[in-house]
Amino acid sequence: MSIRERLSGNEAIATAMRQINPDVVAAFPITPSTEIPQYFSSYVANGKVDSVFVPVESEHSAMSATIGASAAGARAMTATSSCGLAYMWEMLYVAASDRLPLALALVNRALSGPININCDHSDAMGARDAGWIQLFSENNQEAYDNMVMAFRISEHPDVRLPIMVCQDGFIISHGVENIELLEDDVVKNFVGEYRPEHYLLNASEPLAIGPYANPPYVMEAKRANLQALENSKKVMLDVAADFERISGRKYSFFESYRMEDADYAMVIMGSAAGTGKDAVDALRSMGIRAGLIKVRMFRPFPASQIAEALKNVKVVACMDRTESFNTVTGPLGADVRCALYDAGIHPKFVNYVYGLGGRDVTVASLTSVYEDMMKIAADGTVGQTYRYLSLKG
Amino acid sequence: MKTDIRKQDIDVTWQDLNPGAVVTGGATAPEFNTGEWRVNVPVLDMDKCKQCLMCVPVCPDSSIPVKNQKREDFDLMHCKGCGICAKVCPFGAITVKEGDE
Repeated sequence: MSIRERLSGNEAIATAMRQINPDVVAAFPITPSTEIPQYFSSYVANGKVDSVFVPVESEHSAMSATIGASAAGARAMTATSSCGLAYMWEMLYVAASDRLPLALALVNRALSGPININCDHSDAMGARDAGWIQLFSENNQEAYDNMVMAFRISEHPDVRLPIMVCQDGFIISHGVENIELLEDDVVKNFVGEYRPEHYLLNASEPLAIGPYANPPYVMEAKRANLQALENSKKVMLDVAADFERISGRKYSFFESYRMEDADYAMVIMGSAAGTGKDAVDALRSMGIRAGLIKVRMFRPFPASQIAEALKNVKVVACMDRTESFNTVTGPLGADVRCALYDAGIHPKFVNYVYGLGGRDVTVASLTSVYEDMMKIAADGTVGQTYRYLSLKG
Repeated sequence: MKTDIRKQDIDVTWQDLNPGAVVTGGATAPEFNTGEWRVNVPVLDMDKCKQCLMCVPVCPDSSIPVKNQKREDFDLMHCKGCGICAKVCPFGAITVKEGDE
């Protein structure tokens, strides 16, 4: 029987970590993820877990210690936000290129500058090309569920890659909502024991991990990393199917919300998807064929599946909670456009930047995006393809 | 995972490269070809060489094998062509030529 609770996103992640009982957690505090290592260190102090907690002096060291622990053969994890993730940047690539399973709970916060502690996805997008798996969560429940599933995906022999479980800073991390937790032993059995085939502490097999790769090796190593990401798509689906059996909750690459006969589709990630669903419901009650796709797996990107889901819509509005400064699109917009182009599907397409640095995202503001889509369909032309939502002036 | 380092040589395919380019086993450096970095190659003139062995300890890559107190020809599997040996040779027995062979 599942346990009904009321938890914030940070409490939900810390609870998942307690139930996973990893060998090593190395972390440094940064708003809004600070509570995760704070709660976890109390579990360590109170003997609720067997984990070694390493209170490192920086995020660069947090990721380095997590990498070192994973290389040694431990199940290791960390948590961070914003500039903390940026400070890990060098080591993020090393974790992926060394093909080390490990997990990072990312609480999405704007990267400086201007300096700001509130939610947007600029931190996660900076790690977009690092070779990691990235899962996004809509609420505390999804953050918890994604973290429970994380190691099964990360440690799979066909994958062996670091995984990032993202939740929106403050909106999810500090917002207390109802949640259904799994029992401790159910999580323990689901996650299982980690038995790596090769690891540094195996005295009978000397290893060198992270060797210098000169030009004849780097492209081959990257291609192998790419294949592991490709493999992670099937592994993620298999793990989600197993998870559904223990939880009753269904997960996939993305969630299609009222998309069956949709003319107007929003593609969005994170907590704002829930707000978008409210907008869809209100529009549907007025007879407007609105739908929404909430992307869960952003890396690797499920391009063909998203194109298939969008093949019958008239207008797509892709929502980016970050600015990538190429002046034409955000990163999600680029990926969705790329998916549609390769599939030969060409709906009208508009890309919004929204919610930067904690700017409010409301049912009204997302409804205005659907109204823009209806206008685009009526006019037969998109006009400005790259827009800011809720911008003054 | 390939345990024979020679099977991870520069012709290895992406499918056969060890995950994370991990090197298994210890003391694998002698069997691993790093000489492909080389852009210049040292050439030894045995007629001029007096076997003083001044070149041996200065080689940063231990690429001058010595047997029975006499140096042999260069180990080009590991020589990077830096030319330090040619600089220290008192007899001009080593010249550095362009090219990797």
